[in-house]
Amino acid sequence: MSKPVVATASLAGCFGCHMSFLDIDERILTLIDLVEFNKSPIDDIKTFTKPVDIGIIEGGCCNSENVEVLREFRKHCQVLISLGECAIMGGLPAMRNAIPVRECLEEAYFHSPTIDPSEPKIMPGDEDLPIILDKVLPLHEIVKIDAFLPGCPPSADLIWKALTSLLEGKPLDLSYNLVKFD
Amino acid sequence: MSKPKARISFTVDGKKCSAAPGQTILQAAKDNGIYIPALCRWEGFKPAGACRVCTVRVGGRYMAACTQPVTDGMAVENDVPDLQDMRKALIEMLFVEGNHMCPTCEKSGNCELQALAYRFLMLVPRFPFQFPARRVEPAGKKILLEHNRCIKCLRCVRGVRTRDNKAVFGTLRRSRDKKISVDQVLASALTDKQARQAMDRCPVGSILKKEVGFAVPIGRRKYDKEPIGSDVEKARG
Repeated sequence: MSKPVVATASLAGCFGCHMSFLDIDERILTLIDLVEFNKSPIDDIKTFTKPVDIGIIEGGCCNSENVEVLREFRKHCQVLISLGECAIMGGLPAMRNAIPVRECLEEAYFHSPTIDPSEPKIMPGDEDLPIILDKVLPLHEIVKIDAFLPGCPPSADLIWKALTSLLEGKPLDLSYNLVKFD
Repeated sequence: MSKPKARISFTVDGKKCSAAPGQTILQAAKDNGIYIPALCRWEGFKPAGACRVCTVRVGGRYMAACTQPVTDGMAVENDVPDLQDMRKALIEMLFVEGNHMCPTCEKSGNCELQALAYRFLMLVPRFPFQFPARRVEPAGKKILLEHNRCIKCLRCVRGVRTRDNKAVFGTLRRSRDKKISVDQVLASALTDKQARQAMDRCPVGSILKKEVGFAVPIGRRKYDKEPIGSDVEKARG
């Protein structure tokens, strides 16, 4: 039997959840015995090359590219997991949600204290750039998500427990110290 | 008129309990070592029945355990799956109704809303996030009012007072538009101790004492190790 395939992605996140994933330390040696990685920043595979069993996504959706990647994941993955606060509720990027997008962009490109006043003020608007969504959205408000692992970041122990439970086909038994939002 | 009994008996989920006449269901349950989750309640304040997290069922009727007095022979349903799920739903509603970004919050680890979410193992709210536009407001010299996190439990309105018993906080508007307001002059007159008390009485991170955030490291905060309500349950032994 071939090994289960895992894919991961970071959308509007800070990569902290991936760092926490790597915090499983030497257990990663067991993990590579148990699973095969496909599209993921961990092995730098850029596109899906086969159907995936477990997809893990950190970060919410802040632009059209995030939405596209998320939908790709949903199409290719049997089980899709929201990893961390940003994926589950938008997190830090969602702090802009009450501010109109134009105002945010003007603050960043026109009024920020690091703008050189002698330079012409340009707001990037190339058609090749992803379009910014008016609100940063959690993943489950765009596609169906099968499991949620909260935390900022979720602890390595939580990620490990979730993955091994899934691989062994056991229900995820969460103890009090594993579920934290910060 | 018959004389009221010194003690009355009632049951919670079939367990025999006793109470003093006039005690609320919540208080009496606590005295019998039974935890009923609650959010807007603060011992010593007049109960408000604002959050409904303490909802119990008696004779098929739903009631707030913090406002309803115990009566003799009352059979209270508390720890039953449908009630627990309803309470969890109420907590989830509070999470989506405001902007509760736990990782950025000074109160994280000491927050009662978060602690209840932990106790109920809330992994994700079942309702869509509202992302309301709310502000941070200075409240006098010593505290900040973070409207993003306010759950309108009215603890501050009921319990933060100046030495001459003037209310520092009040409310504006009604229903979903309800908002906590602050008297800037009275808030400025609060002592350091009173400002600290105001922060402690807020169940979430809505009232913050300035310049003291993130003082306690992760692992040593109130709800890092044990779920909210453990103290009540431990007392039962």
